[in-house]
Amino acid sequence: MNILTNPKRLRGFERHIKVDNVSRRSILKGLGLAGGFVLAAPVMSRPGFAAYQTGADKMPHGTVVDPRVFVSIASDGTVTIVAHRAEMGTGVRTSLPMIVAEEMEADWSRVRVQQAPGDEAKFGNQDTDGSRSTRHYLMPMRQIGASARTMLETAAAKRWGVPATEVKAVNHEVIHSASGRRIGFGELAADAAKQSVPSVEGLKLKDPKDFRYLGKGQIGIVDLRDITVGTARYGADVRLPGMKYAVIARPPVTGGKVASFDGAEAMKVSGVEKVMEVKGWPWPSKFQPLGGVAVIARNTGAAIKGRNALKIVWDDGPNSKYESVAYRAQLEGAARKPGLVVRKEGDVEAALKGADKVIVGEYYVPHHAHVSMEPPVAVADVKGDRAEIWAPVQSAGGTREDVAKTLGIPQENVTVNVTLLGGGFGRKSKCDFALEAALLSKELGAPVNVQWTREDDVRNGFLHTVSVERIEAGLDKSGRVTAWRHRSVAPSIASTFAAGAVHQAPFELGMGLVDMPFEIANVQCENPEAAARTRIGWFRSVSNIPRAFAVQSMVGELAHATNRDQKTMLLELIGSPRIVKLDSVKDLWNYGEPYDSYPIDTARLRKVVELVADKGGWGRSVPKGHGLGIAAHRSFVSYIATIVEVAFDNGKLTVPRVDTAIDCGAYVNPERIQAQMEGAVIMGLSFAKHGEITFKDGKVQQGNFDDFPVLRIDESPAVTNVYIVPPGPDTPPSGVGEPGVPPVAPALINAIFAATGKRIRALPIGKQLEA
Amino acid sequence: MIKVKINSQEHSWDGDPDLPLLWFLRDEAGLTGTKYGCGQALCGACTVIVDKQAVRACITSVSDVVGREVTTIEGLHPTGDHAVQKAWRQLNVPQCGFCQTGQIMQAAALLMENPKPTHDQIREAMAGNICRCGTYQRIENAVHLASTGV
Ligand code: FES
Ligand code: FES
Repeated sequence: MNILTNPKRLRGFERHIKVDNVSRRSILKGLGLAGGFVLAAPVMSRPGFAAYQTGADKMPHGTVVDPRVFVSIASDGTVTIVAHRAEMGTGVRTSLPMIVAEEMEADWSRVRVQQAPGDEAKFGNQDTDGSRSTRHYLMPMRQIGASARTMLETAAAKRWGVPATEVKAVNHEVIHSASGRRIGFGELAADAAKQSVPSVEGLKLKDPKDFRYLGKGQIGIVDLRDITVGTARYGADVRLPGMKYAVIARPPVTGGKVASFDGAEAMKVSGVEKVMEVKGWPWPSKFQPLGGVAVIARNTGAAIKGRNALKIVWDDGPNSKYESVAYRAQLEGAARKPGLVVRKEGDVEAALKGADKVIVGEYYVPHHAHVSMEPPVAVADVKGDRAEIWAPVQSAGGTREDVAKTLGIPQENVTVNVTLLGGGFGRKSKCDFALEAALLSKELGAPVNVQWTREDDVRNGFLHTVSVERIEAGLDKSGRVTAWRHRSVAPSIASTFAAGAVHQAPFELGMGLVDMPFEIANVQCENPEAAARTRIGWFRSVSNIPRAFAVQSMVGELAHATNRDQKTMLLELIGSPRIVKLDSVKDLWNYGEPYDSYPIDTARLRKVVELVADKGGWGRSVPKGHGLGIAAHRSFVSYIATIVEVAFDNGKLTVPRVDTAIDCGAYVNPERIQAQMEGAVIMGLSFAKHGEITFKDGKVQQGNFDDFPVLRIDESPAVTNVYIVPPGPDTPPSGVGEPGVPPVAPALINAIFAATGKRIRALPIGKQLEA
Repeated sequence: MIKVKINSQEHSWDGDPDLPLLWFLRDEAGLTGTKYGCGQALCGACTVIVDKQAVRACITSVSDVVGREVTTIEGLHPTGDHAVQKAWRQLNVPQCGFCQTGQIMQAAALLMENPKPTHDQIREAMAGNICRCGTYQRIENAVHLASTGV
């Protein structure tokens, strides 16, 4: 049996040997895969090598380029490739192993994928977040595959006594064409295992013209069949002997705690076995649990029924006055006064004063909840000083660290098994639910499944921030924009980690505020203060959502004010093809990437606008009651432009068609890129039309899909067309999972304006279009 | 003691007869292909077929299905090759996949009742099933494909 089928045994072979290259944190580890690929190969250091630089090695634990960690070959020829990132629907569990298979000339039908447990020292960074997986791992995975191929070729050459240059791996075999000999990967596995790992510099990567899988899009995701027959395993599908099922009543107000509770009625519910208080952490609590009262039962249904019978008195704490209407007014007040200057070019004050016309737009985007179809859930089995977790977490390595810290046990004693994620969208970057399960299992002395109900998910999550974006644009007599002042006010994600964080962090400022790419002489971006009153977290696309909404709506407003076509206005603002210089911005956040490899390139932004306009028929005549809107935005170092067509049928808004173009540089699986873009359109339309979380008395007022609706199939566009820009020869890969979302809402809003003359400045649209 | 028939197999239950079928399937019978998404008949993740109708298992109690035939995703087709399942794979419908067993059961029930639904009828019948990943366009096309022959 292939050792990788048993992660517990695999861990036994682990030896922690770190080699830190000052400039690069590529870590090599000695790992012998008995019966697998490489036996006791010497550990050696390799200096960094990459055709382009990414920020991968600045991530905790960087990258690991070592075939012994990621690849094993069984004697029957089965190639096992480790997927070390979490699968939440982007297809990464397929695409990263596919890169390795491509370079090593493995036949995809003989490859199986093994999900890595949380262990960043061994596998490198596992935080599946920030649309980073392909852009950080395309090159390392190619190197891993090329290393494996080289070792197989070396082993075959030695066996035949011919120079290695005369043999070639082709589709799961190594061939010596001069003599016509060929030998399968399985037969070579043991010998290949004895070869030393070649240096990264000497590796010969495949010529892209010889790619069989990369960039082709003909391979379905590895879990496709399991998903359609119901055997795919998500967080709640793990079954352990003696496992209990629990739900937790958590404080309804962020920072609250249990004052007293009475569990007598809950204990009477058939199937309920125990009621107990569970530990919470004071606000701001990072990813630590909120605490509350747990009901433990023989099945989840009984636990929920028991929880409904609990009587709890809460001490609401410092946020019990949080109220959304008043908070919005407070944000608007702040946006109308000067704030911390975070970008400054020219003299915006003077330019606005001297302008022929000033257009002001104030835009509002409320809190939003992730509501992944799979609510948070985790299974934990804690015995003494050892813990094993099964959970749908985006960050397996981070979860392992946090479980160890929370339980006060060494990290080596914690195993985090990553199941499939039933959606993530940033919610499952936070491992609070796994920590809850670990703590509860420890208390119970039994394995336990902690299930969040949908209401828990909506009321106790880490919400998308709430923001007011105010833009003032000054125009000269000819209609040229000469001044741009953008004030962005929103509670920061930093507030979840540190008390008193009132300004946006650099990574939030860099998402559509200070990186605004327009060619305008006088620009000022400001960030007035806002204090958080609930837990704020990453939501797919993060601050790009309100910023793109505001900036691209303003483009539409300026087009109207100057009587120009939206696309013409947009291209004029983007200006000449150039690399944008942002010298006045301190700590510019470029999604963690070096600016040299991933600059803001307006030529690429213009290109996606032109592409979508061309393919999407911009300017086509549409029937009465229809309208077209366009928006473009760079985020996660990718470039997207989107056109939305709306139609009003008896006053009812429908979306007949959406066209979207993406330039994400070099890519692996265009079929999944298309799927991500289709999904991004639905998510964008969803929060634009419906989604709003509001607070009263510190409590979330919504709870489920009735009062927090999301887009359904009957509202989805009749057609969504996706166009992918073919990469240039040297274009590094960039994000896909998130960047499709931000342009959708402003394109929709611009289309509504085109159709009706009504300008929506606050999301969601809700009832605003009803006369 | 209640006896229920799921995927042609008899199961007995001596616990709370009001227990939602969803939790009986998942936690007592070990049939985890049926998913929890809302518990309020709002999302369709828990869809199963009872006799010939799509039913939300989260608001159906175990006692409600006594004497009836419950089919879950595990029992939809012996080899997992129902026309709907095949169409789903052909068009690469799933993203995260979590909603998909419910979507497939809903689609299978629709085709039993209406073998050749129009696109509007597909949208109407599938509107109770949420996909947060946004695979709707492919769902619509896959139901259409399943109805015209995979
Ligand atoms: S879980 Fe039953 S409809 Fe959502
Ligand atoms: S595929 Fe993820 S919710 Fe539908």
